[in-house]
Amino acid sequence: MTKFLLRRIFQAIPTLIGISVIAYFVMAQLPGGPVNALAFDPNITPQQRTAMAEAMGVNDPWPVQYARWLIGDAPITIFGTQVWGGREIPVFDRRGNQTGTVIGTNRGVLRGDFGHSIVSKRPTTEVLALRIPATVELGLISLFVGTLIGLPIGVLAAVNQGGIFDNVTRVLAVLISAIPVFWLGLILLLIFGSTLQWLPMGNRFPISVAGDYSLTDRIRHLILPVVTLSSFSIATFSRYMRASLLDVLNQDYVRTARAKGLANGRIWFTHAMRNALIPVATILGPAIPGVIAGAVLTETIYAWPGMGRLVVDSVTQQDYPVIMAIVLLFSIATIVGFILSDLLYATFDPRIRLS
Amino acid sequence: MASTVQSQSPEASRGVVATLRDEKRKSESLTRTALRRLSRDYLTLLAFAVLIILAVLSLMAPLFEQALNVSYTEPLAARKFLPVGATYMNPATEDIGNHIAGTDHLGRDVFTRLLYGGRVSLGIGLSAAIFSTLIGVSIGLLAGYYQGTRLGFIDDGILWFTTTLNSIPTLMLLILISSVLSSRMSGASSSIFILIGVLTLVSWSGTMRLIRGETLSQRENEYVVAARAMGASPLRIMFAHILPNTLSVLVTALAIEIGTLILTESALSFLGLGVRPPEPSWGNMLTGAQSYFRQGAHLSIIPGLMIVATVLSLYLIGDGLRDALDPRSIK
Repeated sequence: MTKFLLRRIFQAIPTLIGISVIAYFVMAQLPGGPVNALAFDPNITPQQRTAMAEAMGVNDPWPVQYARWLIGDAPITIFGTQVWGGREIPVFDRRGNQTGTVIGTNRGVLRGDFGHSIVSKRPTTEVLALRIPATVELGLISLFVGTLIGLPIGVLAAVNQGGIFDNVTRVLAVLISAIPVFWLGLILLLIFGSTLQWLPMGNRFPISVAGDYSLTDRIRHLILPVVTLSSFSIATFSRYMRASLLDVLNQDYVRTARAKGLANGRIWFTHAMRNALIPVATILGPAIPGVIAGAVLTETIYAWPGMGRLVVDSVTQQDYPVIMAIVLLFSIATIVGFILSDLLYATFDPRIRLS
Repeated sequence: MASTVQSQSPEASRGVVATLRDEKRKSESLTRTALRRLSRDYLTLLAFAVLIILAVLSLMAPLFEQALNVSYTEPLAARKFLPVGATYMNPATEDIGNHIAGTDHLGRDVFTRLLYGGRVSLGIGLSAAIFSTLIGVSIGLLAGYYQGTRLGFIDDGILWFTTTLNSIPTLMLLILISSVLSSRMSGASSSIFILIGVLTLVSWSGTMRLIRGETLSQRENEYVVAARAMGASPLRIMFAHILPNTLSVLVTALAIEIGTLILTESALSFLGLGVRPPEPSWGNMLTGAQSYFRQGAHLSIIPGLMIVATVLSLYLIGDGLRDALDPRSIK
């Protein structure tokens, strides 16, 4: 098990490097770069803009910028000896004339420094730390609700194969997968937020000066986003559960159990369910990117202060360090999801040995 | 003696009947069988009908614009938020416009915008799906055919690349690439071509994987060995022998792919990173619709219904084709 885990983590390293290269390459193609995005300020002269670009190093070729993102521009010291003196960053005065140089302080991603956000000037990790809890909360609750509702629906559909419940849920599942997530969000808001006014129109907490809100408030704010985000998981999970349980119900040992005269409930839940859950465990991994994509849209609709909205904002503002950090984080979440589903598979199914 | 004859005769006659029935079935080509099955599958036929009606209406958009005497681009302050079914007489010219689906926040006619948006959304979904199928099929055939052979590194390289690409959540990748490309080129119509390219780029790997898997199982068949023995080149084996045998899987996947791409396009356009206004698409017609719940709820409802109708039809067609083309199912 440990060996398997270590190998998968090692395998993930080239993938992550590949992802970061692809993402950086794509991002570096944005014309003008972050300086251009900042330069809408009419008080900034063209000279100052050139100076800023020089200081930020955005005029260098993208592999150089990528290397700088990886190892930073601060001096590198190994066992007390300095291997690299760091990058000399030119300093400019207000009119754009160079007055001197300073040594860089960014330690680079490999040394655990994700740099500073260009827009908010704060450390990227700090910017993300503010947003991560909101997305994790929304994503985990939605996955949980998706499992909690999806799996029983799948079981009921399988044991009533060809019945009314089975057909109705099948049609519903196709229908839900054909509904755009953001439109579902819009319609739910229109019905429950705007017309009936039962639930808040968005945000994570009620807006108040004192910052006092109760648990009920938070739950009321969660309902619509969770329904929106979990609808797709409910549809997928229930279909998977149905197919998987039907597979198992046709196996010999289930017939044996039936021949012994066991009650249906006992056969379904103690005998069949255990084995039917195995393939279902494997879709939890691939479900993670789906939830992330859904979160981007759901957060936009419900003004949910999470990472999904941060992505869209950062891309429009060309905030390189933040975009890169989010891409890495989402990719790691995706890879972890895949490793986790392999682990679950091996844990539930003794026929599978990890080696 | 007599008893054995008696016991055998029903068995034997059943066998003859079964053979006759089989003969009858065998004489039918797979396409014919599929068409026969489809002609009885009313749900799939309905889905086809809905899709064709939507496509024809969208193609006739300029005609409707003329006939209803409305404009899909002209923003007129006096016509803001007209409800569904409203008519409006322009006081200056005394023209009467029929706004079947009302007007939006700028006073543009929603019905004709839906039709023009349909051209864009259907066009993008269809062309991106065709391009991604072309790329996915070619690369999938190559990867599958050479897997485990002397040229197996082709397969390894392709697989590593697609695994890496797929580890970035698709929507993130789309947001990144489309924001880059659209800032490089300006103009609303070029955003459509960019979007087709971007959607192709992120969606070909699914088709690739499907065809690679099919190729892996097909290449072990005798007909491939026979073709190779007769000296057919690898490319000929891939495209003339293996490809036709994957068509049934491919057609099904294509229908579902178009639906998924339309969904993705609408999401991107909704976020403001896809089709740029003023060019309408079903996705960007919903951008900001949230702000007008009170004045015009129809702005939020109608474009979404179009997306659902289209995508649902495509998914149902995909399911229907899968059942119809499956050689194992008996109907």
